[in-house]
Amino acid sequence: MQSAETLRGYQRELDEALNDEFLRAALDAFAKAYPVSRARAFEGLDADALVRDVARIKDQAAARRHELLETFTERAREAGVTVHFAHDAAAARTIIRDIARDTGSKKIIKSKSMTAEEIHLNQALEEDGARVAETDLGEWIIQLRREGPSHMVMPAIHLSRFQVGGLFEKVTGREQDPEIEKLVKVARHELRRKFMEADMGVSGANFAIAETGTIGLVTNEGNGRMVTTLPRVHVALFGLDKLLPSMDDALKVLKVLPRNATGQIMTSYVTWITGAGPCAAAKSGTKDVHFVILDNGRDDLARDPVFSQVLRCVRCGACANVCPVYRLVGGHRMGHIYIGAIGLILTYFFSGSDKARNLVQNCINCGACKEVCAGGIDLPRLIQEIRARMQEGENRALPGLLLARVMRDRTLFHKLLRTARWAQKPVKGKRGFLRHLPMIFAQDPQFRPLPAIAEKSFRQMWPDLDAKEPATPQSDTARSEKARIGLFAGCVQDFVYPEQLLAATDLCRDGQVAVSFPMDQSCCGLPLTMMGEKAAARDVARQNILAFDALDLDRVVTLCASCASHLKHAYPELMQGDKEMEDKARRFADKVTDFSSFARDVLALRPGQFAGCADKAAYHAPCHLCRGLGVRDAPRELIKTAGLEYAPSPDEEVCCGFGGTFSMKFPHVSAELLHMKLDNVERTGARLLLTDCPGCVMQLRGGLEARGSSIRVMHVAEALAMNKKPGGGS
Amino acid sequence: MTKENELSDLFAQKARSVSAYVADAADMDAALDYAASLCAGMREQGIVAAPDLTDKEFRALEKKCATLGIQCIRAGLRDHPGGVEVGLTRAEAGIAETGTLVLDSLDEDTRLSTMLCDTHVCVLKKADITAKGEDLEPQLAERMKKGPGYTAFITGASRTADIERVLALGVHGPLELHILLLGK
Repeated sequence: MQSAETLRGYQRELDEALNDEFLRAALDAFAKAYPVSRARAFEGLDADALVRDVARIKDQAAARRHELLETFTERAREAGVTVHFAHDAAAARTIIRDIARDTGSKKIIKSKSMTAEEIHLNQALEEDGARVAETDLGEWIIQLRREGPSHMVMPAIHLSRFQVGGLFEKVTGREQDPEIEKLVKVARHELRRKFMEADMGVSGANFAIAETGTIGLVTNEGNGRMVTTLPRVHVALFGLDKLLPSMDDALKVLKVLPRNATGQIMTSYVTWITGAGPCAAAKSGTKDVHFVILDNGRDDLARDPVFSQVLRCVRCGACANVCPVYRLVGGHRMGHIYIGAIGLILTYFFSGSDKARNLVQNCINCGACKEVCAGGIDLPRLIQEIRARMQEGENRALPGLLLARVMRDRTLFHKLLRTARWAQKPVKGKRGFLRHLPMIFAQDPQFRPLPAIAEKSFRQMWPDLDAKEPATPQSDTARSEKARIGLFAGCVQDFVYPEQLLAATDLCRDGQVAVSFPMDQSCCGLPLTMMGEKAAARDVARQNILAFDALDLDRVVTLCASCASHLKHAYPELMQGDKEMEDKARRFADKVTDFSSFARDVLALRPGQFAGCADKAAYHAPCHLCRGLGVRDAPRELIKTAGLEYAPSPDEEVCCGFGGTFSMKFPHVSAELLHMKLDNVERTGARLLLTDCPGCVMQLRGGLEARGSSIRVMHVAEALAMNKKPGGGS
Repeated sequence: MTKENELSDLFAQKARSVSAYVADAADMDAALDYAASLCAGMREQGIVAAPDLTDKEFRALEKKCATLGIQCIRAGLRDHPGGVEVGLTRAEAGIAETGTLVLDSLDEDTRLSTMLCDTHVCVLKKADITAKGEDLEPQLAERMKKGPGYTAFITGASRTADIERVLALGVHGPLELHILLLGK
């Protein structure tokens, strides 16, 4: 459970995790194994279509929640269940404590329930004099250690067999062999007794089916069945978000849940319980069954136009499984109770902004969670929205405030950048590394050198370039053009890497494409969004759309994957509700194309146009290109088109650790991600490392420079321009 | 190959992939033999719990157990907190695509015999195997409407990967699951 109150304190917690060798090895092995087993579990199925089903089913259920709650309650009561509704965590604790008192339940066993963790149930029951035992192996282990889960599905993933063995020695008073099979048998033996003695069993529920008043439990160990069978009292605690209209809906969600959670086609047990069944331990011969349905902010969430999709979450934990930051620091640093990307969001809503303040900063915005989410929740965007909400309600942090102020005024911003070029002079290194943009107001931790601002920005070069537009042989220029494009530069390329834009302009002109560069364009605004400065993000978006709108363009081409993804996906959303801009934003977004796709599909580059130098080139897939835009093949094909030998490396699509402002806030995490990335690249023996985003270029080059490596990092456009045959080839 | 055989083959393949043992049984008598001899092989004077057999079937099982020197019971599972060697039950349906058994186990002794045993032996008629989980939706929904119910989907043996993500079978429920497919 993340507990530090300041960002500095949180950074120290992260450092501890980064230095925990076992944790690192365990999470690393998991991060490698999970995608393979998930893919196998979905084999032969259309995973995206199934996820869309879940999203639709859960959205509809959330919209109908009051009606479903009424029907569910009625059906469950008809079948003999006492149904309780708890407005908040305190109410739920009181209800369950009173059930325990009324039924004289002193010994309580539990199967795994995140909702019970959410309301801190164990503590409340223990304070009332009851003995509570978790029976899920992982939950039992962490209960004995008095700590919270570090993963929603595998709560004890942070512990080694030796730690568990030592713990079991204390519990049993006997020496324990740290062999996993044997440790599991210890739990079987110790817990069997508790099952037999318990008065009350507390479970969660994965589904609450309105049409029949049935609950569904998805488990592997079988403890859930025993918790709901052996004691004379059964309490099931679950959120309002578990309500579904029908069995059919539950079976559809069940198609995705185990596959996405653990890569299992089906868990060992799925239990469907309706009403109060027979129970020999009860005096009446019938079990005393209580359903406690928890709101605790869920009803407000359902009403929220932006955040209602949070209720699609089925608690599969996949967002943690693929998170590159989780992989490094584990669940105790990536959530308060709920873990992973969804954990950052739910902490804000269920535990309050104090608990969430630091956590929501720890998202690198790589989009890996969004791509794997069982309910298709746009997790990174919601995390940014929380940052924005926190900004609105409080004293804003100075860097964000300064940035917002400056970015709204393009002329001022660009003037500052040019001034910064002079200011950096005395400290600029031999190879031109200094610091980067547009985060000139943030403290840079300098775990890797950053580039200097270029002598001449692209926008300063443009007037000359524009005048040199080569005359085409045909007299009618327009007819010979393949396309008319506007270049969107983005800050980093404009002011740090203008050579990447020069390379692209060169290739475009060779390919009979007319290039223009609207001078009124500015920063895309992504850094503002990342800092929660939404109003300023909207202002720069409007400015950029208008800068391109006046021109008659076929495409807006950008060489920056982060800009591209932001322009395409965020702009229409940012302009929503602005009558004058809505259409323009959509038209603009439709035209936005990343350079690699443009080069392959419109320029239609062919191997004959390039001289093969046969160098080995590794590739780093920028998060915002491969997941943000779904572009995967184009850059890899271009590497071969350019006459290079493509050298694949593991985790090509895992973030390089840049993440804009992220690398400033969490430099050690960023450095570690970079380190892992470069290890993978170096093992390929490649001499070149190509990518499609100037932010990634900056991070990767800095990292290689710090290592003293001779691998050259280039934008795909530069590699193409470098290998181009003179005269255009054939 | 008939549709029924295709489904039972797929079912067997999927069930084996989650470490279930799958065998054919010509008839119920063969299934009783299987359960009794399995128990006899596990422990002297072991116990087979078989709560949902017909009276006639249970008498037949009693006879077999007597010759093997083991016991069989059909009620009072709670009196065996240490568990029993074999639980013998019947599934009402099977799902081929996942190798899943569907058991209506509202009866407490039926339920406990699938939880407290070391080995769960479950008899499934080939004719009751469906291709997908969704195919059972009308049947399940009907069953749930009838008042109290406890229906279990069982796919393989009880398992955990909670320590170092290493798969271990039999953490709480059965250590082994044996499925006997009944019919031609």
